[in-house]
Amino acid sequence: MVLKIFFPKCCNTADSGLLVGRWIPGQDSAVVLAVIHYPFIPGQVKKYLTQMRSQTKVDLTVLGSWSMPKDGQEGMDSFLKDLSTIFPHSRWLQLSRESGKRAFTCRVVQENGKPAAKKDGDDNDDDDDDKDKIIFVHYDQRKVMLSQLHPVQEQKGSEEESTELRTMFQTVAQSEPLFFHDMYDEGPLKLTHWQSEGREASIIVELVKQASVPVCIVLTWLLSVWHWLCSFRIFHVWPVQFISSKLSTCVQTGYRTDHFQTVFSTRKATTHMEFMRKANIFVSFLVDIALGLLLISWLYRENRISQLANTLVPAADHVAKELQELLEWLMGAPAGLKMNRALDQVLGRFFLYHIHLWISYIRLMSPFIEMILWYVGLTACLGLTFALSVLSDIVALLTFHIYCFYVYGARLYYLKIYGLSSLWRLFRGKKWNVLRQRVDSCSYDLDQLFIGTLLFTILLFLLPTTALYYLVFTLLRLVVVMFQGLIHLSVDFINSFPLFAMGLRLCRPYRVAEGVKFQVLSEEPGTPLHLRMEINPLKFSSVLQCYRTPTYSCYPKDSWVALCKKLFIGELVYPWRQKSTKTD
Amino acid sequence: MAEEGPFTDISGKPISLECQNYTPFCREFTVSSPKVSLLKVMGYTCSVWLLAYAVFFLTENTTVLSSAIMVTLVGMILHIHFVKVDQETLLIIGSLGIQLSSLYASGRESTTFIEMSKIKDIVINEAIYMQSIIYYLCILIKDPSEPDGVASVVPLFQSSKPRLNCLVRVYKSCQEIIAQSR
Repeated sequence: MVLKIFFPKCCNTADSGLLVGRWIPGQDSAVVLAVIHYPFIPGQVKKYLTQMRSQTKVDLTVLGSWSMPKDGQEGMDSFLKDLSTIFPHSRWLQLSRESGKRAFTCRVVQENGKPAAKKDGDDNDDDDDDKDKIIFVHYDQRKVMLSQLHPVQEQKGSEEESTELRTMFQTVAQSEPLFFHDMYDEGPLKLTHWQSEGREASIIVELVKQASVPVCIVLTWLLSVWHWLCSFRIFHVWPVQFISSKLSTCVQTGYRTDHFQTVFSTRKATTHMEFMRKANIFVSFLVDIALGLLLISWLYRENRISQLANTLVPAADHVAKELQELLEWLMGAPAGLKMNRALDQVLGRFFLYHIHLWISYIRLMSPFIEMILWYVGLTACLGLTFALSVLSDIVALLTFHIYCFYVYGARLYYLKIYGLSSLWRLFRGKKWNVLRQRVDSCSYDLDQLFIGTLLFTILLFLLPTTALYYLVFTLLRLVVVMFQGLIHLSVDFINSFPLFAMGLRLCRPYRVAEGVKFQVLSEEPGTPLHLRMEINPLKFSSVLQCYRTPTYSCYPKDSWVALCKKLFIGELVYPWRQKSTKTD
Repeated sequence: MAEEGPFTDISGKPISLECQNYTPFCREFTVSSPKVSLLKVMGYTCSVWLLAYAVFFLTENTTVLSSAIMVTLVGMILHIHFVKVDQETLLIIGSLGIQLSSLYASGRESTTFIEMSKIKDIVINEAIYMQSIIYYLCILIKDPSEPDGVASVVPLFQSSKPRLNCLVRVYKSCQEIIAQSR
């Protein structure tokens, strides 16, 4: 069997001493975590190891001895051989390295004292089969400690289910307390690991950590006050609730409050995914606010608000005028088609009256538009997503008449189609059986047939007129829906994009690891195999997929075929559906 | 270092195979594809620019010319960075795993490592590709829920597509190592 030893790069040049680490259960591998130097007292080493074991929950043991003789220290070898009797072991590793040579040599001693293998150049014994093969894997201790292997397995499964690499990563990550002891500490032991040159920390990070606790408490209290306000009875009356579920600003507010609850909760994030989610939400919220403030600073400069208000009323007027011209065109002979004069006039006059009402309403509001816009623009300081939601709501309100026309036209058309299909069945002598949900034959009386045929003819000849009105208003409605859909998509994008995870992937790619890469280090013949293990970072698309914040994303409710079918029949179409509950 | 030739890929272009034996249980195989041929590059560039000149002659608009230049440059950069694979390497380390890596013409390297505990076997599979039958080497990944099942198949040497003689050499070497680690 091949024995794998994971050796940290920082210990390559360490002085002679004892190897401390962990044997990975079930596999023939060992992870070396630190080297304890001479002089030491074995009793203190054992005490330190027991203390570390209880602190890190990792079963640390003494794996073996490490000898890197400097000048004047040739007498270490025999001393090292005696050490194996002091510490309990199933296998004892004797690693040694000569200065000037790059490769290690290793001897493995079994518990009964017999050497299990010797790996050196000139072995010509014929029992090749039970010769142990040894691989040294050099790893960067700090990077492996900080990194997280994906796909993330949150539950603490049994060790046999994790693969070897995952167990190794977990071991190094859990042994963080072992690396607190550096060479400036006045303890009885001297260790070498990645932090033995001294612990580094940033004052700003520590201050922020201390300050964040009271800030979180204050913000959580504010959030509870807001929840209490929102739970008033007046907000749960049906009309208010219905309107607030349709307005995207209210939806966005509710969504952001949920976010704040996650981020500002006083409980520290225990798992990796929780921490990443908190960080992503916090960073995207900050960027949102920054973009909103940028928008405000651009909007409120050089009187842009009044310019906007001054163009808004003429724009609404222009739209209404265009609609009027469209209706006049429909009431004539549109595209050379001949309409039914009477129905045409009725429908046309009906819609023209609506537009007249709308124009008077806009004219009534025009003195207040500028002030309304000024105050509404201030909401952009709550974030760019708010500004976009408000814009979407304003567009919805301003094009409300188009929505009304669409509903009228669609209902009329739907009734006509329904009536036509039913009378067509009568024409052929069939009937729809509601009980059995199928078409049955039926014998009609003569007067039933007569009236049915008359009605059928009337409806059929009135069909082109209604169909044309329906077509025109459906197209207008679809244009508005497309525009609103675009705004919602961009809001959703800003909400769900994991900025923190992307930044981490760019600046500290070893923290989001997809796997590892090995490189064979050039070795001298007759020495064990040395490999360098590096962290393979996650691809950007996988980062996006893994860390996307779940949102109330708007997505098309029906497929294209179903949508076309609904449009053909005349059923009311609401192409974008909002998920009311978050799903992962 | 052992090199045998001449190996070809399935369309007849010459490729080269290098095998390196680091230890009895660690081997590396590198399949190199032929480099981008200068004639092809010149042919494409000339045709695109002639077309741009023709359009410029008709429309008298200089943006056509500059956009043709930009298109050629961007297209070449995208091709050598994302499409053209120079070398594909298979590093097999007994009882640790198998590492596959592709080296693109721009120097970018994309690597995947599959652990030995997840690997069921390495086999040569047949596939019907248009009107011909080709062979490809692939790694079978174990299914965690089913002890004898195969969860997925990872094909190797997809860009260089070597022929059966090359695949058989790699297959025999890999089987020796995999048999040892069972």
